[in-house]
Amino acid sequence: MNYTILVIAFRYIRFILVFFSILTLFRGHNLPGGGFIGGLMASGAFIFQALALGVQSSKNSLRIKPSKLIASGLFLAILSTLPGFFAKGVFFAGTWVKIPLLFGATLKLGTPLLFDTGVYLSVTGVVLLLIFTLMEEWKWN
Amino acid sequence: MMIALPILFPLFMAVLLLMNRSHNYQKVVGIAGSLFTFGIALALFVTVQRCGIQVLQAGGWEAPYGITLVVDKLSALMLLISGFIGVAVAVYAASFVPSALISGRFYLFFHSLMMGVNGAFITGDVFNLYVWFEVMLMSSFVLITLGSKRIQLKGGIKYLSMNLLASLFFLAGIGLLYGKTGTLNMAHLADILRNDSHPLLMNTSAMLFFVGFGIKAAVFPFFFWLPSSYYTPPVAITAFFAALLTKVGVYAMIRFFTLFFVQDPIFWHNLLLAIAGLTMLIGGMAAASQYEIRQILSFHIISQIGYMIFGLGVFTPLAIAGAVYFMIHNMLAKTNTFLIAGLIHRMRGTYQLKSMGGLYKSYPLLAVLFLIPAFALAGVPPLPGFFGKLFLIKAGFEAGRFLVSGVAVVTGILTLFSMIKIWNEAFFKQSPTEIHEECQHEKLRFAELLPSIMLASGTLALGLGAGYLYDFFIEMGEQLLDSTQYINLVLNK
Repeated sequence: MNYTILVIAFRYIRFILVFFSILTLFRGHNLPGGGFIGGLMASGAFIFQALALGVQSSKNSLRIKPSKLIASGLFLAILSTLPGFFAKGVFFAGTWVKIPLLFGATLKLGTPLLFDTGVYLSVTGVVLLLIFTLMEEWKWN
Repeated sequence: MMIALPILFPLFMAVLLLMNRSHNYQKVVGIAGSLFTFGIALALFVTVQRCGIQVLQAGGWEAPYGITLVVDKLSALMLLISGFIGVAVAVYAASFVPSALISGRFYLFFHSLMMGVNGAFITGDVFNLYVWFEVMLMSSFVLITLGSKRIQLKGGIKYLSMNLLASLFFLAGIGLLYGKTGTLNMAHLADILRNDSHPLLMNTSAMLFFVGFGIKAAVFPFFFWLPSSYYTPPVAITAFFAALLTKVGVYAMIRFFTLFFVQDPIFWHNLLLAIAGLTMLIGGMAAASQYEIRQILSFHIISQIGYMIFGLGVFTPLAIAGAVYFMIHNMLAKTNTFLIAGLIHRMRGTYQLKSMGGLYKSYPLLAVLFLIPAFALAGVPPLPGFFGKLFLIKAGFEAGRFLVSGVAVVTGILTLFSMIKIWNEAFFKQSPTEIHEECQHEKLRFAELLPSIMLASGTLALGLGAGYLYDFFIEMGEQLLDSTQYINLVLNK
């Protein structure tokens, strides 16, 4: 079955969802947002595609298996505990680096962001794994 | 660094195990991971023996505000033994868990369960303990329903609903405790509650925790979920659960009632002793009436939990030492009997005692391997069950707790009865002929026996070395009862 409206809407909505999910991820440390909600939004984009064009198409454009996504997310989370240990000798301690940008602006990157990215990836992976499995089981399309 | 490894390493194993589904990869990484986890636990144990209690303030946030990880003697010992059992079960599972389940990520959930258990043993924060309980609950629910047979789902739902209820009580207790004291750091709580002038006010939260942990540990009024769910999954998984899950509940109870719920000893110790006596007696009697090996062993877990609670209720260094010694012995021996039940099942194709027999004649080595943990559980002298009961009952008599000590003696006889029943029915009795001929050609490979041999030698070492270990256990009991050192180290006074 082909839903024309869904297919056309999906082309525009996908980029919006992915863009805002990344935005939410980055502002998450001090403002509402973060890895979890960002991950949900990102997975929303792929679920949308699965609804519009089928699970297989969505899997193809994801390129990486959801389980690998979970694994890489967990790995980033583990990784984020280490800089604190090497920089300050305290495990899990938050460590920040400031990268100067143009016009006097600076970009602050730190281990909480790394951890959040891990959460982002694993949430996306978990949600997509669940939805893909269910849709395949029910022969959605 | 060292202290966080028992949590981080299993997580890292989970990452590795997610990378590839192939059967051999899962087996090799799973077993190697369990070996490394054991190695980490061993190193940590040695460190604690040499340098005393180890404390890690995660992220550099000092004690009452951040999450604290603490490893004292009890935690280090529990880590060590659960790591050891993890190795045995991982090796056993490689040949006994169906290969579809192994590529269905058995080892992934094995390691995440290990992470939850290790986390529960080393955390110094009540809410963090709750988180580890949830990690354990999720992974164990997946493990219990792995393969999704009808009977497994039935057992799994009972297991999940009862344990969610336990979590609810636990969480309610946390809420009340936080409302009253404004902290959830265990050492800080101990510091506050030791100088508390209104002991009665704490009893509501203590009772909520007691019910929560009681369900997890399967003590007397709350034990019914255990025998109805433990016999459903593959036996390697049951063995792992029998070793770890209920014992984490007992560990949490020992930690809470020695460290900070100490204001109203008369009420709590009498309650603990009453519950202990009933748990021992009813578990023992229920076990004696069963004819399915895994059911006997499951009910038997309950009666043994009673002994540990008994030690906690008597509350002298000897009793606490006895309770922990008994817990260690029980983890080793109980896991081993479940593993042997799996071996018997491989030989005879059934778990029903009535339709098996003659194993002694055909597999004398298996009979010896069964005798060691069975006699250890029954409390035959050179084996650790005897010393565990000796410490406990001696402490009970010294403290003037005659009734419950008597119950402990009677339960010992019930245990002996059910072990002799398995021995008679499975090993000594003439085999019903038809089954005997059908499965006669099965030979056990060394790799299948190895985990049993490992655990049996652990049991033997614990029993024969009881004299050497006595001082260690008594020191541990004293460390638990006198918590000023713990508090000072964590709060950095």
